[in-house]
Amino acid sequence: MKKPVPLHPAALAAAACALALLSLTSAHADSGRAMPRNVPNAYTQECAACHTAYPPGLLPAASWNRVMTGLGKHYGTDASLDAATVRQLNQWLQDHAGTYKRVNEEPPEDRITRSAWFERKHRKIEPAAWKLASVKSAANCAACHTGADQGQFDEHNLRMPAGLDARSRRAWND
Amino acid sequence: MTSLRTLTLAALCALAAAGTSQAADTTAAQQLAHWSEQAGSPGNADKGKVFFNTRHGGEWSCASCHGTPPTAQGKHASTGKPIAPLAPAFNPKAFTDTAKVDKWFRRNCNDVLSRDCTAVEKADVLAYLNALKP
Repeated sequence: MKKPVPLHPAALAAAACALALLSLTSAHADSGRAMPRNVPNAYTQECAACHTAYPPGLLPAASWNRVMTGLGKHYGTDASLDAATVRQLNQWLQDHAGTYKRVNEEPPEDRITRSAWFERKHRKIEPAAWKLASVKSAANCAACHTGADQGQFDEHNLRMPAGLDARSRRAWND
Repeated sequence: MTSLRTLTLAALCALAAAGTSQAADTTAAQQLAHWSEQAGSPGNADKGKVFFNTRHGGEWSCASCHGTPPTAQGKHASTGKPIAPLAPAFNPKAFTDTAKVDKWFRRNCNDVLSRDCTAVEKADVLAYLNALKP
């Protein structure tokens, strides 16, 4: 029997870390609307600094590619990043982009909120509700979906945004 | 047992990641000194305050997202996402990472002024922000 080579604890930790991450990156290419488990640090730091960390499965690959090649003019703001980070994030988005039926179509302006499925799911929301100070924009998923940053959009993780009028509050559970 | 090991791994990885994401290679005072030197004159807090609160031909001012004074949590003007307080006395992480400072000056000056900010403007804004105290 061969004697095991003693390893430095830090080296062990690094190896374990690499192995663990490797097993995570081999997750499904299409995680649906759930957040993949291998979210790059840069995704949280760069993208989620300004908006919800949208799960990559909410847009098709071609849409993500256009978004990531136009960050200098990103829905009205300069979201430019260094080339290496753009490449890393775009690769991850491509790997996990939506491929299932309803996300297959590229929405207008590559906006998740203009997707047919998004509009259908939110058709009962009054126009005034989107304009509430507590909501501001349809891109602010977390105003109602408390688990949005983790890709949880089911009805168990819903909260009523502040300032909703009585009629909408009554209709909330419909 | 397996889940415990996974948790430990996740914690280790998170620690390692956190370690690399916080550069902490600068301070707000150093940034003020740096931009004042580049400008050739010390930053002026009064000018910085006016600059911060004024729109410069576009839709937004700095205050549109950071609030005024920027001593409390701000809110992204289009997405509503919360933004940590900008004034260093209210946010120990503010202006502690050179790459981050440069990146946000580049993006936000472009959004507000449609150009880069000058060294004088950066020095003035830092003088204003550093003077904000609880």
